[in-house]
Amino acid sequence: MTDTAPELTPQPSVDGQTLVLRGCWNAAQLAMPQNWQRITQALMQTAHMTPTCCAWDLRAVSRLDHTGAQLLWNHWGRQWPTRLQLSPHQRAMLERVARLTTPPPERASGHTLLLKFDQALCRLQESLTDLLRLVGQLAIDLVTLLRAPQRGPWRDVSGHLYHMGATALPITALVGFMIGIVLAYLMSRQLRQFGADTFIVNILGIALIRELGPMLAAILIAGRSGSAMTAQIGVMRVTEELDAMRVMGIASGFRLVLPRTLASALVMPLIAVWTTAAALLGGILAAKLVLGVTPAYFFATLPDVVPIGNLWLALGKSVFFGVLIALIACHFGLRVKPNTDSLGQGTTASVVTSITLVLLVDAAAAVIFKNVGL
Amino acid sequence: MTQRTTPLQRQPMVQIDGLWSMFRSGGRDVVVHQDLDLRIERGELLSIVGGSGSGKTVLLRQMLGLVQPQRGQVTVLGKPAAQLARAGAASRVGMLFQHGALFSAFSVIDNVAFALRELGTLPDDLIRDVALVKLQMVGLSPSVAHQMPASLSGGMIKRVALARALVMDPPLLLLDEPTAGLDPGSADTFCALLKSLHEELGLTVVMVTHDLDTLLELSTRIAVVADKHIVAEGDIAHVLAQPHPFIQEFFLGERGRRASALLHTGTPMG
Repeated sequence: MTDTAPELTPQPSVDGQTLVLRGCWNAAQLAMPQNWQRITQALMQTAHMTPTCCAWDLRAVSRLDHTGAQLLWNHWGRQWPTRLQLSPHQRAMLERVARLTTPPPERASGHTLLLKFDQALCRLQESLTDLLRLVGQLAIDLVTLLRAPQRGPWRDVSGHLYHMGATALPITALVGFMIGIVLAYLMSRQLRQFGADTFIVNILGIALIRELGPMLAAILIAGRSGSAMTAQIGVMRVTEELDAMRVMGIASGFRLVLPRTLASALVMPLIAVWTTAAALLGGILAAKLVLGVTPAYFFATLPDVVPIGNLWLALGKSVFFGVLIALIACHFGLRVKPNTDSLGQGTTASVVTSITLVLLVDAAAAVIFKNVGL
Repeated sequence: MTQRTTPLQRQPMVQIDGLWSMFRSGGRDVVVHQDLDLRIERGELLSIVGGSGSGKTVLLRQMLGLVQPQRGQVTVLGKPAAQLARAGAASRVGMLFQHGALFSAFSVIDNVAFALRELGTLPDDLIRDVALVKLQMVGLSPSVAHQMPASLSGGMIKRVALARALVMDPPLLLLDEPTAGLDPGSADTFCALLKSLHEELGLTVVMVTHDLDTLLELSTRIAVVADKHIVAEGDIAHVLAQPHPFIQEFFLGERGRRASALLHTGTPMG
């Protein structure tokens, strides 16, 4: 048990040279950098000696483990040296290593670039098919729900409403408020150059109510709740909870996807309005401080310069964002494979995809609804 | 692993003195162990048995240094168990977790080689050779080396986990329910494997188990945990002679009698 450094010393003997091994030849000792360097050097120096001219003496070794035995066995070119002195215990260890040493198995052949591309395409196609199936299932579940609303998973919906909505209020308000202040500050400097101070109301009103409010809310919820949903469902997959639900005859679509999507679709417009309100508050504050535009003037002018159509558009977009985020999150959650890597990748993919899609949809909406509210 | 007997070798592998383990659960303290003493000698194969919730796994976790004793001492290899979990722990103690606890992101061979690779100096081909030898020592074919843990059966997971626990040849091996979840055939081969490894490598094995067959087949000594203490320890005959109700229930209940009867008729007990 005494842990002394492994040593290898050549000693002249009657018939040529004897290599005497001493100390502790186990993985922990061998792996110490200074020991490893010394031992590999000593072994290299003996490499030229033919097996017939030198003898090996292992009897002074205090500990020999499989790593040490493997090192010696590999050094001997995987055959027994002709002259070897060792204890029965060491012989048993070396014999086991000798018996079990095998060439490494072939790894699955390396993927060529084309093969990888093909695989990626297949995965994309599979993913899209799954997503389509999810949407279809959601439609069917919605019909089921409308037929028998009293049997719907309302407790789940309310739980998700709380987690996605109520607990997200502080962070969305903070972010909205900051963006409002920043926007108002930057705009006011430009507007003042033209003496168009009062147009701050138009700019803030349109930008925040129509675009930034819903988008900020969607991005925050995608990062906050989308990732949580993917991780939840992913862990349920890893721990076989999904299978357990299935054998009880409970459809995962109806109990997992539907309540999350419903809650998300309900919560999103509310959070969007909340974020917009916080951002407008920040904007009003900054406008008052920098331009001297009073809050009273702001509130009086806002309804005139921002047609109500903008608000409806924002709410409509938010509902769509909500459905999108929940569906993407559930989709990636259900695709998680039972290992830690896949869970991490799924969560990342879920957040990245939903944020990208939110921005894409937002851009498309800006083009499609260019005649609404402007 | 050592041939010469040094004074160090005569000290016990594990020594537990006056151990108290407590947990806070639901706002109040739950005492799991109270003044528990246990001594495990080198080369033993000790089985710890006890009812569900009697703190067998906690006892293992105490030996691993994963849980801190509230009072008392746990000494493993002459050092406090809390120091065990530091760097290089894999060369001192191996643990087979109940569900394997394989790293799901790594292939079988990377799981086995993990502790060696973590040392940072040894060359890859040596590590690979050692890991392959270990894989075959636990009865797996080298062809599973590149499979992922998710695609393995329960018995194979246990074997890979055992290979991983043994990769640095630790003198002490702890097993948590080694045969739970295995079919009788796999459990028998796993038992035989443990027995041969125990003999060949001169390991000290501490095992928590509910499986009477495994218990009677393997153990050189049995310790019974009940009422927060070790209520009996010794060989099977000694333990059976104790009047404690748990022991009577556990060994001499219907299942216990059946297992020992089978063992007596099948192979004479050593």
